[in-house]
Parts: sequence; C-alpha cells; structure tokens
Amino acid sequence: MKKGKIIDLIFKITTTVFALTVVVIVILMIYNMIKQSMPAFNKFGLKFLTDTIWDPLAEKFGALPFIYGTIVSSMIALFIAVPFSLGAVLFLSEIAPEWIKEPVSFLIELLAAIPSIIYGLWGIFVLIPILRNYVEPFLAKYFGYLPFFKGEFYGCGMLAGGIILSIMIVPTISSISKDVFNSVPQTQREAALAIGATKWETIKLAVLNYSKTGVLGAIILGLGRALGETMAVTMVIGNCPKISISLFEPSYTIASVIANEFTEATSDLYISVLVEIGLILFIITIILNVCARLLVWSVSGKLKGKVIE
Amino acid sequence: MYNKIVQLKGETNMIKKLFTIITSLFLLSTNNFAERPLLINGAGATFPYPLYSKWFVEYTKVDSSVNFNYQSIGSGGGIRQIMAETVDFGATDGPMTDEQLKQAPGELLHIPTVAGAVAVTYNLPDINIRLNFSPEVIADIFLGKITKWNNEKILKDNPDINLPDKNIVVVHRSDGSGTTYIFTDYLSEVSVEWKSRVGKGTSVNWPVGLGGKGNEGVAGLISKTPYSIGYVELAYAVHNKLPYGAVKNKAGNFIVPNPTSTTAAIASKRFTMPEDFRVSLVNPEGKDAYPIAGFTWLLVYKNIKDKAKGEKIVKFLKWAVNDGQKYAEDLLYAPLPMDIVKLVEQKIRTIKY
Repeated sequence: MKKGKIIDLIFKITTTVFALTVVVIVILMIYNMIKQSMPAFNKFGLKFLTDTIWDPLAEKFGALPFIYGTIVSSMIALFIAVPFSLGAVLFLSEIAPEWIKEPVSFLIELLAAIPSIIYGLWGIFVLIPILRNYVEPFLAKYFGYLPFFKGEFYGCGMLAGGIILSIMIVPTISSISKDVFNSVPQTQREAALAIGATKWETIKLAVLNYSKTGVLGAIILGLGRALGETMAVTMVIGNCPKISISLFEPSYTIASVIANEFTEATSDLYISVLVEIGLILFIITIILNVCARLLVWSVSGKLKGKVIE
Repeated sequence: MYNKIVQLKGETNMIKKLFTIITSLFLLSTNNFAERPLLINGAGATFPYPLYSKWFVEYTKVDSSVNFNYQSIGSGGGIRQIMAETVDFGATDGPMTDEQLKQAPGELLHIPTVAGAVAVTYNLPDINIRLNFSPEVIADIFLGKITKWNNEKILKDNPDINLPDKNIVVVHRSDGSGTTYIFTDYLSEVSVEWKSRVGKGTSVNWPVGLGGKGNEGVAGLISKTPYSIGYVELAYAVHNKLPYGAVKNKAGNFIVPNPTSTTAAIASKRFTMPEDFRVSLVNPEGKDAYPIAGFTWLLVYKNIKDKAKGEKIVKFLKWAVNDGQKYAEDLLYAPLPMDIVKLVEQKIRTIKY
C-alpha cells in the first residue's frame, strides 16, 4: 500500500513537471522573441505593420505584404480544404460501404506523412504547369470579371500556395472530423430516421449538429498548420513581397521570408526584424485561435438541449 | 494474476540486463577511441559545400589525425558564428564588411579557396542555339525594362536566332545566397540604374520576377516555365542540363561560363589584388574572362587561440590552395591561378597559433 502511494506521488510529480515544462518553454520563447525584436520595434514602431517595402540592403522593412500573404493563402487553403475534407469524411462515415472505408481513410491520412519538401517539388513540377496551362486560363475566361483572376498566367503564385496548403491540411481536418463523426451515438441517427428523416436530413440533424464543436476544432488545427507551413509554400508562392488582389500574382508568407532570409542575415537589425516578423506570426496564430475558441464556445452554448431536437 | 506478475518480473529483469549490456558497450567504445582525431568545426557558405566536403574526405587520407565538421548553413550564419567564436573557421561567398571586421573579437583573414561562376539560364522552347547576352540586356531584363524576348536589344546580340514575341518571365533566388550576391554585384557594376535602385547583396528588393527557393527552386521554375530567364550556379546549370547563355565581357567578347573562363577572371585581377583578398571578380578586364564570377572565402582568425587546432588549420589551408585545387574543376569550380596561390600562401603563413 505504502509503495503504491509513493508511486502515485512520483507519477504526480513527473506529470506536473512535464506539464509545467511546456508552459515554461512557451513563456521563454515569447520572452526571447520580444527581447530580440526590440531593436526592430524601437526603430520602426507600429509602422512595421503597415509598411509595404522590404529592402534588406537599404534596411527598410515593412511586414504588411507578408501578413497579407500568410492570411490570404491560409484562407484559400481553408476555402478548398474544409468542404473537401468534410465531404470526404461524411461519405466515409455515413454513406460508404465498409470495404471502401479503410483504404480511403488510410490514403487520406497518408497525405499527412508526406514531407513538405516533397509537396513543394510536386508543386513545381506538376501543380504549377497544370495551373498555368489549364486552371488559370479557365478561371480567367469564365471568372475573369472578378478581380481575383486577372493578370499573367505564371502558375506559381498565391493560388498555387493556397492549393498546396489545402492538400496539406486535408488530412488534419478530415482525420479529426472522422473521429468526431464516429463519436456521434448511433441512437441519434436512429432517432432521426425513426421520425422519417431522409439520409441528408439525418446527417444534417443528427450528425452535423452534434459535432459542430469538434469540426470547428479540426478546422482550427488545419488553419494552424496552414499558417505555419513553410517549405512547400515557399517553393510555389513566388516569393514577392507585393500585395495584389489577383490570386495569379506571386505573394510571400511570413514563414517563407524567415526561412529564406534568416541564414544570410548578418546585421543585427536585419535579424531583429526577422524575429519580430516571427513574433507577428505568433500573435496572428494566437488571435485566430482565440477567435475560433470563442466561436466554439458560442456554438456549443447554443447546442445545449438542441441535440435531441 | 500471479502469472502476469511473474511475467512482469521477467521483463524487468531482461530490461535490467539489456541496460547493463548497453552501458558496458558504451564504456568500452569510449575506451577504444581514446585517441580520437582532433575535431575542427566550420560553418558557412552553401555554394562551395560540394567541394569542401570532397576536400575534407580527401584530406583525411593526407592527415588522419584531424577531422573536419562543416555545416553549410549559409554565408550569413558562417560570418555570425566565426564572429561569436563558436566555430574554428567560417566560410562566406560575400566578403565581410569593414564594420563586421571591426566588431569581430580578433583580426579575421579572408582566405580565397576557389571561384565560382553564375550562369544566366533560360527556357526557350524549340531554340537550341546558345544565346548571347550583353550586360545592358541582362540588367534591363532584371529591371523589368525589357519585357519581350524579341526586343531589338536582344535580337542585336543574337541575329541568327528567331526569338519569339513572348513575355519574359524573370526568376530569381528568394533565399539569401552567395549566388545572388555575385549576380547583383555584377549588375551593380554594369548598370548605374541597378546600382542606385537595387544594389548588391545576398537578398535584394527585386524590381520584377518570381522567387524560387534555392538553386533547385530556380532551376525547377525555369525548366517548367516556358520563356523564363534566371540565374543559377554554373555547376547546377550543367548538371541539370539547363541551357545557359554566353555573356559579353568588358573586352567585348561573348564568353561561355566554365572553370577556365572563370579562372581567367581571377587571373585578370592579379596585379590589382588587394592585400586582404576582399575583391570582387565581376566584370574583369581579361579578354577570355567570364564576367559573372566571384571568390568564395574561408574565414580564420589571424591569432588562433587553440595551438593544436591552429597548426592543423594552417596545414589544411596550405593543402587546400595547392593539392586541393585539382578537385575544383570536376565540380565546376574555378581553381586559383598559380601566382594567386603564391599570394594566398604568404597570407596563410602570417597566421599565428
């Protein structure tokens, strides 16, 4: 009995230490980033967020094109990946026959195991030519009146970056949503069917309604991956710090500029600027996560009592 | 239940045994390597990395009591690390600035090892003849002033080629690199407008074009984008069978980049070589010299604190600029001409330890 207590105590201490370590690491990271970005902050102040010129030689730095590129490319990724993953997972969990479920979900999850440099190379050698030769001319022809689809067909650019990201976050969103959908009690579905609901109505009433929070959580995780993804995006987005509304034009993300320029940055100010832009990415991620969390809370609040509706 | 406990006990015993075996093996192995070779750490430029790794392998055959560990983290990282004294030598493709040299805790020497050429590469479907480029044309293309392949300035240098009426897609490196440094150094030298609008550096604010990450990114974009133009290291263009142009040098000749024409670029600086070797090789005088070239340097302190390491480093540097040079050409780097080797050797002799 005594021995058991000691083991319990050891267990308690070890787990507490592990949990605290994570907190300490995050705090140290924030402290360090703030400390190192101070020279840049003192020099540029808040103008850093709104300036659009990035000229390392003249030591003129503005982060806006990178913030824009990061957010827009992640939004494109969500715009494509969310319907895609949810559709695929609903099919797998609600409609597909047993024999097809395993192989297809295995393939989707396999996407998560592919290293991002492979995605990048695939992007250059396969995706970009397809975009340039077929997709972009098609979009320009039929949707050219929209400002998003104007300009030269380079293939590489914001659209390519968004598409690569969407493929990379499909496994994240779909594997979590799959678990969420599977956790919906079978009785829910049976109840819906019993009151005469069709297949679609059952999915809408019993499954989707029940799993809103979980699915939102999955989307947040996907977004997190999209915001921070570096290598694959860098290889296809064109890396030009310019803001243009057209998705055909090249763009640049925060993660990409850090990866591209950190190794060759020598002056202290330059390094400080790169750390500061990393801090901005950190803050963007936190803001988006908080928003999403609030959304989840508001949705799950409304959900109460609605389940058996 | 009882069975399970017995089984568990058996497992813990086995784990204990395994642990003892592993620990004893570890102890034994450290004993065996009591006389380990001296480890010398270096970090920096990626551009000469293929050659340096070849050198470090070959050099262990000359002197097995020393082992080099080189991390190709980029020139900027190399400069930072040698200034922080976390490595025994640094390596860079762009020379350190006067300000950086002042900030360093001791006097740093630039030891040129080889030179490299940057090739202007392009993708023109159905054209198999090598293109000629004059300096103004290259500068105007990268400034965004020449936008079509059939621009009369390009046609003037290539009268026999039927150039298409297509927009030029400019591709440049997006990551900071020595290749970009050499290329922008060249453009600043030949174009006043480039010098004032953009300048030279490892990353610059490009007026036009798409950015590809690394030599492989630029090469990939060019090979997959018809009517594009860009620049890569010569070795990269040759190994990937990308077409590359001849560039008009100061003497007015169109020169194809290769180790010989790059060595000619070094040779044409022989009388004007500054004492610290921090010299740009772009746009040299020689009539056979390829104009877009640059040195790559190793950075070492003039006073090396660790006596044992200092001795080995000096011995290695002497080997590198003499016997080591024969490995350069196969990897498409330009070896140093003999008279420059003499100058570098004199400099190496001044290192104290």
